Amino acid sequence: MESSAEAISNLFKQKAELVSAVVTEVSSPGEAFLYSLDLCEKKDACQLLVSGCEEPLSKTAEDLCDLKQEKIIAAPGLTLHDRTELESLCKDRGIRLVTDDLHSHLAGIDVGLTYIDFGIAETGTLVVDSSDEDLRLATMVSEVHIGILPKSRIRKSADDLEKDLRTTMQSAPNYLAFITGASRTADIERVLALGVHGPLELHILLLEDN
Amino acid sequence: MQEARNLKEYKKDVDDALQNTFLRGAMDKFAVAYRSGRANAFAGMDVDGLVQEIAVIKDAAAADMEPLFAEFKKNAEKAGVKIHLAHTAGEANEIIARIARENDAKKIVKSKSMTAEETLLNHHLEAEGFEVTETDLGEWIIQLRGEGPSHMVMPAIHLSRFQVADLFTEVTGKKQETEIERLVKVARRELRQKYVEADMGISGANFALADTGSIGLTTNEGNARLVTTLPRVHVALVGLDKLLPTLSAALLINRVLPRNATGQGITSYVTWITGANACKAAPDNKKIMHIVFLDNGRRALAKDPVFSQVLRCVRCGACANVCPVYRMVGGHRYGHIYIGAIGLIVTYFFHGRDKAKNLVQNCINCGACKAVCAAGIDLPQLIKEVHALVQNEEGHPLTSLLLAKVLRNRKLFHTLLKSAQVAQRPVTDDSQYLRHLPFVFAKDHNFRALPAIAEEPFRNRWEKIKPRISTPRFKAALFSGCVQDFVYPEQLEAAVSLLSKSDVALAFPEDQSCCGLPVVMMGEKQAARDVARQNILAFHNGDFDYIVTLCASCASHLKKGYLKLFEDDGQMAIKARKFAEKVVPFSAFAHDVLKLESNAFEQSRIKTTYHAPCHLCRGLEVREAPHALIKSAGLEFLPAEEEETCCGFGGTYSSKFPKISAEILARKLDDAENTGADLLVTECPGCIMQLRGGAKKRGNKLSVKHLAEVMVKNMK
Repeated sequence: MESSAEAISNLFKQKAELVSAVVTEVSSPGEAFLYSLDLCEKKDACQLLVSGCEEPLSKTAEDLCDLKQEKIIAAPGLTLHDRTELESLCKDRGIRLVTDDLHSHLAGIDVGLTYIDFGIAETGTLVVDSSDEDLRLATMVSEVHIGILPKSRIRKSADDLEKDLRTTMQSAPNYLAFITGASRTADIERVLALGVHGPLELHILLLEDN
Repeated sequence: MQEARNLKEYKKDVDDALQNTFLRGAMDKFAVAYRSGRANAFAGMDVDGLVQEIAVIKDAAAADMEPLFAEFKKNAEKAGVKIHLAHTAGEANEIIARIARENDAKKIVKSKSMTAEETLLNHHLEAEGFEVTETDLGEWIIQLRGEGPSHMVMPAIHLSRFQVADLFTEVTGKKQETEIERLVKVARRELRQKYVEADMGISGANFALADTGSIGLTTNEGNARLVTTLPRVHVALVGLDKLLPTLSAALLINRVLPRNATGQGITSYVTWITGANACKAAPDNKKIMHIVFLDNGRRALAKDPVFSQVLRCVRCGACANVCPVYRMVGGHRYGHIYIGAIGLIVTYFFHGRDKAKNLVQNCINCGACKAVCAAGIDLPQLIKEVHALVQNEEGHPLTSLLLAKVLRNRKLFHTLLKSAQVAQRPVTDDSQYLRHLPFVFAKDHNFRALPAIAEEPFRNRWEKIKPRISTPRFKAALFSGCVQDFVYPEQLEAAVSLLSKSDVALAFPEDQSCCGLPVVMMGEKQAARDVARQNILAFHNGDFDYIVTLCASCASHLKKGYLKLFEDDGQMAIKARKFAEKVVPFSAFAHDVLKLESNAFEQSRIKTTYHAPCHLCRGLEVREAPHALIKSAGLEFLPAEEEETCCGFGGTYSSKFPKISAEILARKLDDAENTGADLLVTECPGCIMQLRGGAKKRGNKLSVKHLAEVMVKNMK
């Protein structure tokens, strides 16, 4: 019989996939890093352009596209240990790692990698305390957002998290984000299109920590 | 936006909108898709219970508006936010322009805010020389086109990919393809540039939490996150109605809001901002943050005993999604800035009588909005209340006064109907229909054949056909309603025959008159009360336990409307309640009380579909009884896809907005034809008048009957 933690984690996976998130289980942060690097390498393997830059754009928008000339992973908010490990992996593959000053990379970031504070199973939602501006931007301006979510942090509903959320919000200033699937719009003819302002893809790595 | 100066101009705008085939196609698809999307999103949830909880929370928040504002202000200021309170739309715009000037901001990015639409903020800021860019894709598109939103959640639903491609070609100076995915990418890059350059971001808020001084924002695109993060200044414009005591209240609303709006369990992003956060672009690495609360009539509304419930609205847009009139004419004609049923109401309070006076007459009273409202607002009732207010302030139009006067006097009303019967003779032939429309009808009514007034009304036939039941199982009285009494007496006769075969003793109190719904629809409240009083008294002392009516609209008005009319009138309130308790629609009586089953009927197996009258399915929540009776009566039941969508009649509505009525009817008949049925059954003479007249006009083989008629035909 499924334990209740397993049931909640399965529900989370099912709901997140319904809103087009890619959910994968990992056993260590190192595995999550490798996943992220593979994804970054595979993404648009032949070109560095960020999504949309291949389209006919106005001059000013094109100028912004020109600013990005290499593959970039942004991973703010990592522990020193994690950061060192990821740094050496990035070096091997010729990918630039950015951990702060994301404000200078608004032209585009290929992959944003962040830890996630909580998961809400009922809706497949990630909860991220994004008070740190770099962390916030990594989840917003990246083409692909990869969130590492420790399984023990998944709750059934938002109501089950209410106390934690309240405590977080009380330590003002605070910027708390619920993220469910990729950025989406249906504003033209009600046709669903992913990745309008935020990430085009959301990958969730469920980290076994029980 | 409403520019029409009078009803005539408004009708012209509406008729033009009906010619927009792209809009019509898009709306039809949306109306059908929305229904199943919403049902899936709420699967397994107690929707009514949630809606009830939201109503309670929002009512309490409206009553506590002042203390909640004070608490919010205290907590947000502690967290470094400057709080403003604007009394009017103009004042809010002024405050925001001043903040921009004081911070030397030139370029502004904005995320979607209906409140900013309400104050026409962009116009103000642009006139002051600021460059404002809407970043929500739909809002950006309509901003570039110089239009207002046509839906609260999907502001550009009225536009095609071709129009968007042309627009983007103009904006970028490069030829654009019409592939939607690519157009979205173009917007992504063009707008990314705008965020980078912007000095100030303006957002709205879906929630303002007093206990932490936080605002909550729900978006799918993620633009609100960038607007509130990248520029050094952030201003949120928030209606006072968005104040809530705690996060838990907001989480509850957020369970319903996205499901009701777009059929999503949750939007892609829900963002909670508390205080002035870190911001690299700002001088001290700290965001300059202002929140401007908007009153613009909300504090007065909160104190209004009738209208305070409009502050429950969470702006999900569902009332438009299900509205048969919105579906035909789109948001630009079904609202000023706020659209849909809630728009018809709040336009009066936020934008004045002039913008509201025509709109408020364009409600068909089908109740679809009320049934879907996230906060349980009685939208059709409030629309009628606004209409009554407008009439009291502007004077009542002659037609409305005349009808009110006539209906108050039963004898005069019935005499007029009888003389109309004589007057119509030259134009009826021997058919059931008026061959040519007599002078009282304009040519616009010609979309359906109209029935003639019967030679002998039911009330004159009653003495001859009155059944004598020696040992009755039940005692009931008939409420005929005027359409069946004077136009379709055969439907009542069918019921008399069916009920007497079932050993029901029947009475027909002669002092009964029109139920009064037509005068309610015309905003004549006093006449509505007078007519209702007359009916209640006509049935007051009779020896019967049920008042059966074959007209769904009458039934719903007698059972629910009367209670509302007399809620502040002690003596009459008691009588009205006693009266209402006895009222039962025909199908509910036949199914739930008489318990008629298939052994009472011959099996004719005629292919039969059903139209659910608005006032039966939503008004009285009678849904299963007609289905069960059709099957028991030996007919083959073929359900229609949009069974519960209005037929377009709406009583006086169809004479006020005949073209809209005709279009709604066309959809309805298509839907019935698609089932392959030969017989269309319903339970309201108004619907029958509309549907039968439409089918006749189309030369359709579909026969339209009242449930009582088809049942009695097959009864053993």
